[in-house]
Amino acid sequence: MNFMESIRVSIRSVLANKMRSFLTMLGIIIGVSAVIAMVSIGQGASSSVTSQIQGLGSNLLIVSPGQASQGGIRLGAGSANTLTLKDAEAIAKQESVAGVAPDVTKQAQVVYRNQNASTTIEGTSQNYPDVRSAKIQSGRFFNKYEVQGQANVAVIGSEVVKNLFGSATANPLEQKIEINQISFTVVGVLQSQGSSGNTNNDDRVIIPVTTAVNRLGLGNIRTMFVSAKSADLMDQATIDVTTALRGAHRLLPKNDNDFQISSQAQILSTAQGITGIMTTLLAGIAGISLLVGGIGIMNIMLVSVTERTREIGIRKAIGATRGAIMRQFLIESVMLSLLGGIIGIGLGIGIAKLVSQFSTLTTTISLSPILYAFFFSMMVGVVFGVYPARKAARLNPIDALRYE
Amino acid sequence: MQPLIRIEDLRKIYHVGDQEIHALSGVSLTINPGEFVAIMGPSGSGKSTMMNVLGCLDKPTIGEYVLDGHAISQLHDDDLAIIRNRKIGFVFQSFNLLSRTSAVENVELPMLYSGVSSKERRQRAIEALQSVGLGTRLYNKPNELSGGQQQRVSIARALVNNPVIIMADEPTGALDTRTSVEIMSIFQRLNDMGKTIILVTHEPDIADYAKRIVRFRDGRIVEDVDVQNRRIVAEIAVAAEEEAIS
Repeated sequence: MNFMESIRVSIRSVLANKMRSFLTMLGIIIGVSAVIAMVSIGQGASSSVTSQIQGLGSNLLIVSPGQASQGGIRLGAGSANTLTLKDAEAIAKQESVAGVAPDVTKQAQVVYRNQNASTTIEGTSQNYPDVRSAKIQSGRFFNKYEVQGQANVAVIGSEVVKNLFGSATANPLEQKIEINQISFTVVGVLQSQGSSGNTNNDDRVIIPVTTAVNRLGLGNIRTMFVSAKSADLMDQATIDVTTALRGAHRLLPKNDNDFQISSQAQILSTAQGITGIMTTLLAGIAGISLLVGGIGIMNIMLVSVTERTREIGIRKAIGATRGAIMRQFLIESVMLSLLGGIIGIGLGIGIAKLVSQFSTLTTTISLSPILYAFFFSMMVGVVFGVYPARKAARLNPIDALRYE
Repeated sequence: MQPLIRIEDLRKIYHVGDQEIHALSGVSLTINPGEFVAIMGPSGSGKSTMMNVLGCLDKPTIGEYVLDGHAISQLHDDDLAIIRNRKIGFVFQSFNLLSRTSAVENVELPMLYSGVSSKERRQRAIEALQSVGLGTRLYNKPNELSGGQQQRVSIARALVNNPVIIMADEPTGALDTRTSVEIMSIFQRLNDMGKTIILVTHEPDIADYAKRIVRFRDGRIVEDVDVQNRRIVAEIAVAAEEEAIS
């Protein structure tokens, strides 16, 4: 019996029990669609995190406080409050550094007349727009003198405009808003950046860091964004910033750094590592359901072999070799799993599309998980079909013919 | 003339628990081309085992079996399958047709395993069915056919690969007397055309349609005689009946 004949016979037997075939395939359908959907969501998350981090700019260094040490016990990174405005000044003086934007943040209530909103207050320097590649939609960013003079000026995001002034198109320039009973004049509106993950980049109020620290008591600097003069100067900038900070902190050569410097590339690889693990985890869980689907196929194939013992007996008596019987049942199980796989791929893509449509998650559908799923479902058919097919092929024709 | 089947001191021993059961204990038999042999005997006499061994469905424990020049005793399972496919046509008591499969496809089945092209397969299957008087029932499924018609489909299936021998295991066991006569007439006609036929039956009436009777008891041949008053079915009468039915 040639291959096409085997396929024809298998199609007929799959169609003979439509409901059962479908239920058998369902395991694979669910497994494959879960894999596709999960990987799409994982890759979507990964690519959105990646683009956010890349949005930071390739010449950006991020300085954060180091680990605090209490009686020999290291606390987590950032547990020490070692960065100050003086450090920022020291860094700014370095040859390779284009600008420094220290960053202090706090959630606070912002009031405009009878409207109020809870938002993120961010204290930074005049370098912020350059360093963080933020753009001003209307008005202006505050300047060096306003930072030095601890001016009560604010640049606000479009979400804040909407919340306080009624609509995103309202003109808030030169209006007074209050943060902790201190009045600020709105001098600019940030261009909308949309949300990243669960933080809304448009929902914040930016004020001079000096004002934030000294008047609002926003505490210590958690992060300093430093931009190098060019991407080629990243290594030099890292050394310069390290030297400047060690000098400012009066660290002896034997002391470890009490701060950490990371670049966009480092953060990117860390984030990609994390999302990669997430994706693998999701795919792994989905893969288990594929395995369960495979066991379902094996189960049904075993039932099918028992049910068709007599048919197998007839075929063998008439001259079917073991190979021919084996092939027939194997093709049948592969057909079930492959068909399930194809339906599952379609369903998985559909689910991924729906998820990106109706939630904030982005999904990326790429070819490789689809090919994997296709190949995998075929393998499931082969692996879980071999045992039943062997069982069929090894039946003794005399016993099989006598089977009722 | 070279014998078609030559069996030399054939033994078949089954092990059931600790017990050895000698289903065949030293059988020697020669069958020449063109013979029509009825194998008879009570149940447990070893005739079914003999049939299975002759039909290459089972291998003897000891002994020599040569079918059409092939030494069967030493062959592997898959080689036996090929021998069954090319050399032997089976007709069973319970027809053993594939349900849900039309008559013509059932008849095509042996050719499926011998690599005949689909076009030739269909043509030969139709011819075989016509030769047993079922030319008008090609596309009926077994459950749409009477017992006699189903047995004719299985005869067509047995014939279609042009085997050297036809093995019929109680072919009339599930049929009424009149239909049995019809089936036996087909066998007689095939034998007249030169086909060698081995028939296993426990009915003396049916055995009388053969030319030679081999009687088994306790795993041995106890009698091997030519049929004295052979029954011959008047083919013309049967043919006329067939016309009337269809």
